[in-house]
Amino acid sequence: MLSRTASELYWMSRYLERAENLARMLDVSYSLSLMPQDGRGNGLEELAMPLLITGTLETYLERHGQLHAERMLHFFALDEDNQASIYNCLRAARINAHAVRGRITADIWENINATWLEVRSIANEGLGRYGISRFCEWVKERSHLFRGATYGTIMRGEAYRFIRLGTFIERADNTLRLLDARYEMLGEEAEEVSDTSARGYYQWSALLRALSSFEAYTEIYRGSPGAHQVSELLLLRADVPRSLRACMEELNHILASLPGDNGRPAQRLAAELDARLRYTAIGEILDEGLHTWLTDFILLVRQLARAIHSSYLEAV
Amino acid sequence: MSRTFYDEMYDASGECRPHYREFARWLADTPQELLAQRRREADLLFHRAGITFTLYGDEQGTERLIPFDTIPRAIPMSEWRVVEKGCIQRVKALNMFLADLYHNQRIIKAGIIPAEQVLANEGYQIAMQGLDLHRDIYAHIAGVDLVRDGDGTYYVLEDNLRTPSGVSYMLEDRKMMMRLFPELFAAQRVAPIDHYPNLLLDTLKSSSPLDNPRVVVLTPGRFNSAYFEHAFLAREMGVELVEGADLFVRDDKVFMRTTSGPQPVDVIYRRLDDAFLDPLTFNPESMLGVPGLLASYRSGNVVLANAIGTGVADDKSIYPYVCDMIRFYLDEEPILKNVPTWQCRKPEELSHVLANLPELVVKETQGSGGYGMLVGPAASAKEIEVFRERLKARPEAYIAQPTLCLSTCPTFVEQGIAPRHIDLRPFVLSGRETRLVPGGLTRVALREGSLVVNSSQGGGTKDTWIVED
Repeated sequence: MLSRTASELYWMSRYLERAENLARMLDVSYSLSLMPQDGRGNGLEELAMPLLITGTLETYLERHGQLHAERMLHFFALDEDNQASIYNCLRAARINAHAVRGRITADIWENINATWLEVRSIANEGLGRYGISRFCEWVKERSHLFRGATYGTIMRGEAYRFIRLGTFIERADNTLRLLDARYEMLGEEAEEVSDTSARGYYQWSALLRALSSFEAYTEIYRGSPGAHQVSELLLLRADVPRSLRACMEELNHILASLPGDNGRPAQRLAAELDARLRYTAIGEILDEGLHTWLTDFILLVRQLARAIHSSYLEAV
Repeated sequence: MSRTFYDEMYDASGECRPHYREFARWLADTPQELLAQRRREADLLFHRAGITFTLYGDEQGTERLIPFDTIPRAIPMSEWRVVEKGCIQRVKALNMFLADLYHNQRIIKAGIIPAEQVLANEGYQIAMQGLDLHRDIYAHIAGVDLVRDGDGTYYVLEDNLRTPSGVSYMLEDRKMMMRLFPELFAAQRVAPIDHYPNLLLDTLKSSSPLDNPRVVVLTPGRFNSAYFEHAFLAREMGVELVEGADLFVRDDKVFMRTTSGPQPVDVIYRRLDDAFLDPLTFNPESMLGVPGLLASYRSGNVVLANAIGTGVADDKSIYPYVCDMIRFYLDEEPILKNVPTWQCRKPEELSHVLANLPELVVKETQGSGGYGMLVGPAASAKEIEVFRERLKARPEAYIAQPTLCLSTCPTFVEQGIAPRHIDLRPFVLSGRETRLVPGGLTRVALREGSLVVNSSQGGGTKDTWIVED
């Protein structure tokens, strides 16, 4: 497969995964912002979370001066001038898909193209009128359709593998950042072994819901969520589809199945990271300090993404 | 001025022509609301599928739909056989002409075409002189534009031998018609065209002396107006769609960059003009091409389809000689007629043209896509004066033709069903043999009275049916 084609496929799925993750974050932050805040403000802090996680808070403040609920939502969801908005992720995904439309099935292409056409008409209508929750639901639904079309229609060849690589790199990074941000936000409360405060409960369960892991959590732990269990679930459980461990296992598996010798650095790194997660216990992570550990691992995932780039996507 | 137009569906007495009878019966039974609804459905499907083109000069790079008309253009098989033979004859002669021009130049020595008209032509590529091509084929893919005059006679309007486009619309229009109106295809036999990509791949493979050459489609990229078509053909043929940057030349051989390292490329179906192919030889500013491609081509390590330098044969100043070429190379009488053409480079013809501008169509010899032309009867006095000055300043850059009474076909427009002017572009493939699929792209001028069918000028398309007699 052409390196450029592989690169477009990889970025196409990264951008779609990113749009979905953004929508999940936005959805959770928005519902949390509507809850009583124990006299801790008006929910703006909560709404600013997606900006913090995606590193766009400064850009937002430069443009708008102050935190403002509606403007933040728009900035994050539909702002054409915000490179990191959901709108622009969908645009970028569509541009990538357009470049390789001959390499993806008609079902995949039409899904992405229709998503782009629809988001444009939603942007015309305005987020206020369309509804924020409805918008987030819609983005997730489009993403489910993309995954379904991919899973159900494309040949299990290189194109499929590069699409999946993009998905799991993006997802691993997202899970790490979300956990880190939520942990930071809870501050000292996060360390309490059994957090029974309402705030803690809602914060952790919101995170679990954002990662579609709430059901898994209740099934496995049957208790109120706390830092120990949530981190274990999201970092080390292979059976939770958005966990770091699940992502690394997939990445390792996909990279190992790619032909040719030029991918050795990426393959080795993926195998190392997979093994590290496999043989790590949550206690060790917490002893090191969750934030420190997460920060390190975010860098390792970035390193893996770079190795994929130089091995396959820019190869000569 | 009274004109008589040949209507594809009804004869002069208003009687439905035999090959349209099934359709007419169906149309009479079908409520207009249903037609309108199906047309909206088609628009939606085309949009969803991204079957679009990009307009040049449009800063936004907006993608537009080419309007699709649900009323087909039908041609009886017996009539098609003649058109088909005529196109094959013509393209054969044009390929022989190109081989001759870049070798012995017999036709110039025989005094049939003036040397300066060929050798000083912008489309003539010195780099091609003396180069032997496999099977002597230059234009592997040709598009022949045909129109019909008032009495129904077919005329060739122009030959497209560089990178003719539109074949994807021919195929997509058929798919759309079969999806929207399957009952029409059950009621009569319409010749299939879906195997075109298969023939194209076969033609491209046969252009190389290798047994199983690796074929790619080279596109200028996603901002090109015909990008959809490039991607479509690559997908249908199952070959890579590459951009210049995906290719590189090493030791005079062409390779593409892949995830498992460099892979050799043997045949390039290029949808990129000569001038952009190789920055080392042609336009050094261009980022679209592949440095060193020409050297590789000249060493015979890669095939370009179409060959470099085919533009000299589809130049509008060469067009008037095509019938003579057929006689000269094939020793046959031309099956398809040329439109009478005045060459403005000739002083006596120029003065005739200048005296009759309001009745004539004037075209740039190097123009395409309906850009830079004057349609006399539709032009304002001011536009005519502007052209008069241009003609006087550079007469050699223009030709003129009488305004043909282009045939019409019933077309679904805002006001209902009304006749609109059409043309036809069959696609001729030259490999081991010269062949076409039964049909072509029918373009339709959607504005009432307009004769300009180009999509860049707001023209639409119709499905083209070759109907068994």
